[in-house]
Amino acid sequence: MSDSLPTTPDAVRKQAALANNRRRRKTRSATRQWRRRGLMGAYILFVLLPIYWLLNMSFQSNNEILGGLTLWPQDFTFEHYAKIFTDSSWYMGYINSIAYVVMNMLISISVALPAAYAFSRYKFIGDKHLFFWLLTNMMAPPAVFLLPYFQLYYTVGLFDTHVAVALAHCLFNIPLAVWILEGFMSSVPKEIDETAFVDGYSFPRFFVKIFIPMISSGIGVTLFFLFMFSWVELLLASTLTSTGAQPIGSVMTQTKGASGIDWGALAAAGTLTILPGIMVVYFVRNHIAKGFALGRT
Amino acid sequence: MNKVYNNRAWWLILPMLLLVAFSAIIPLMTVVNYSVQDVFDAHTRFFTGTEWFKEMLNDPSLHAALLRQFAFSLIVLAIQVPLGIGIALIMPKSGWQASAVLILVTMPLLIPWNVVGSIWQLFTRGDIGLMGWSIRELGYGYNITSSPVDAWATIILMDVWHWTPLIALLCYSGLRSIPDAYYQAARIDRASRWAVFRYIQLPKLTNVLVIGVLLRFMHSFMIYAEPFVLTGGGPGSSTTFLSQSLVTMAVGQQDLGPSAAFSLIYFLIILLVCWVFYTAIMNMQKDKNQGGV
Repeated sequence: MSDSLPTTPDAVRKQAALANNRRRRKTRSATRQWRRRGLMGAYILFVLLPIYWLLNMSFQSNNEILGGLTLWPQDFTFEHYAKIFTDSSWYMGYINSIAYVVMNMLISISVALPAAYAFSRYKFIGDKHLFFWLLTNMMAPPAVFLLPYFQLYYTVGLFDTHVAVALAHCLFNIPLAVWILEGFMSSVPKEIDETAFVDGYSFPRFFVKIFIPMISSGIGVTLFFLFMFSWVELLLASTLTSTGAQPIGSVMTQTKGASGIDWGALAAAGTLTILPGIMVVYFVRNHIAKGFALGRT
Repeated sequence: MNKVYNNRAWWLILPMLLLVAFSAIIPLMTVVNYSVQDVFDAHTRFFTGTEWFKEMLNDPSLHAALLRQFAFSLIVLAIQVPLGIGIALIMPKSGWQASAVLILVTMPLLIPWNVVGSIWQLFTRGDIGLMGWSIRELGYGYNITSSPVDAWATIILMDVWHWTPLIALLCYSGLRSIPDAYYQAARIDRASRWAVFRYIQLPKLTNVLVIGVLLRFMHSFMIYAEPFVLTGGGPGSSTTFLSQSLVTMAVGQQDLGPSAAFSLIYFLIILLVCWVFYTAIMNMQKDKNQGGV
């Protein structure tokens, strides 16, 4: 219609105005796009700069670090990494951390799955209060539980074991898992359960064979969050351990040697704590967008 | 979803309940126990009633810590929420850039909290840190160990760096759930960029934003490791927040009674604020369900 030749002067003017508008809008959206990229780039720079600085220091010798500011390593060295990978008090920190994080993920997800199913499908006495009580545990400051945990786990003989930390982190991780999973499960229509039961599936078989595959992305996202909160927590983890199950975080706080803080080793150890996180994000990157809303968009 | 009334659901909950009860109720009862007693040693203890609570509620240093804590949480929320929304709006939506940006933005969230403190300590030191050194070169005597203003600004900047990604990712996932048809309709209506944000994007974001604000409030209110590593609570006690006061009292000074009373007050404040948020979320979901059906 608009491509046909105009017949009246008025129509000519109108068409010209339209074309003009379109052109202007195109250039405006192009500048907007560039501004957008610029802002995004600036933010990414802000995120990366401190991490770059850590990385930079981890490749410098301590003399270079203290000698003056250098924007990139002048004499590139792996000595700090070599130290971490050969000294058992260092690398055991990583193994300990990963051990209790994995344990916690397994415990949390296996008890949270049935519980979340119950919350998403059934009404029962006290369900709302129970759910709120669960969430309150997520809100409990770890500092509050510091001393009683220490005494509790000391009494039951679990002090300085991976299990102690894994169980302690259940305090906030189980409620979180239930909360996220409940959101994902509620978006699965109930008719699926009913059909399966009519078809003669028993509850456990239905749950494992049909239901869990249906919410697999939700489970992936939940595991991501469980990893995240267990991996980053240090206050409880360092209080409940001394030497046998010490997490890397508390190993790092003890780098003060005779000659002051070993900055290079600190930087290298810090860099290595970032890597597992990046790996985990990489695995769930396609689900993260949906999962971060905890199944509730 | 209309749920079936069935009390056998308790069986599904039971394993979780036992586990959480073990790690929540027993310790909490220990705290309650300590908070009403004066413990000398394993065998000598006196019942003190509400004395510790009165003492804690009248302690000026705790009032100061509480005020600092609220100020910190509010400042941090006021910066992170708008910034997070802004970043979510400009994040690329498809292609390899989307994955790359997603991974980069998420990174700070997955760094152990004390390492975050260390990173910023290295970054802001006046002699060896890029930021501290640069600011000094520009002629400002930046020093977080002697100037409370610098210490506060640095801690807030660190928290923005650390936690804005959470809000951004929550909003990003909220934005992703908006069907394209909405945007097409807006284009047909010639809606302005602001109108699209105000009437299409923001309503979709309220849900995730409430979750985000709740999580951010909670975590900012119990912040411990990052300022502890970065400033150690100093200079003086200008950046000592509640968790740190509590840990000093409980572990450093071994004041079991007062610290237990303090714990309970602390916990109750968080509970109160979160209960307000929780009822807001529940009401919103109810409204949505009624509106939808």
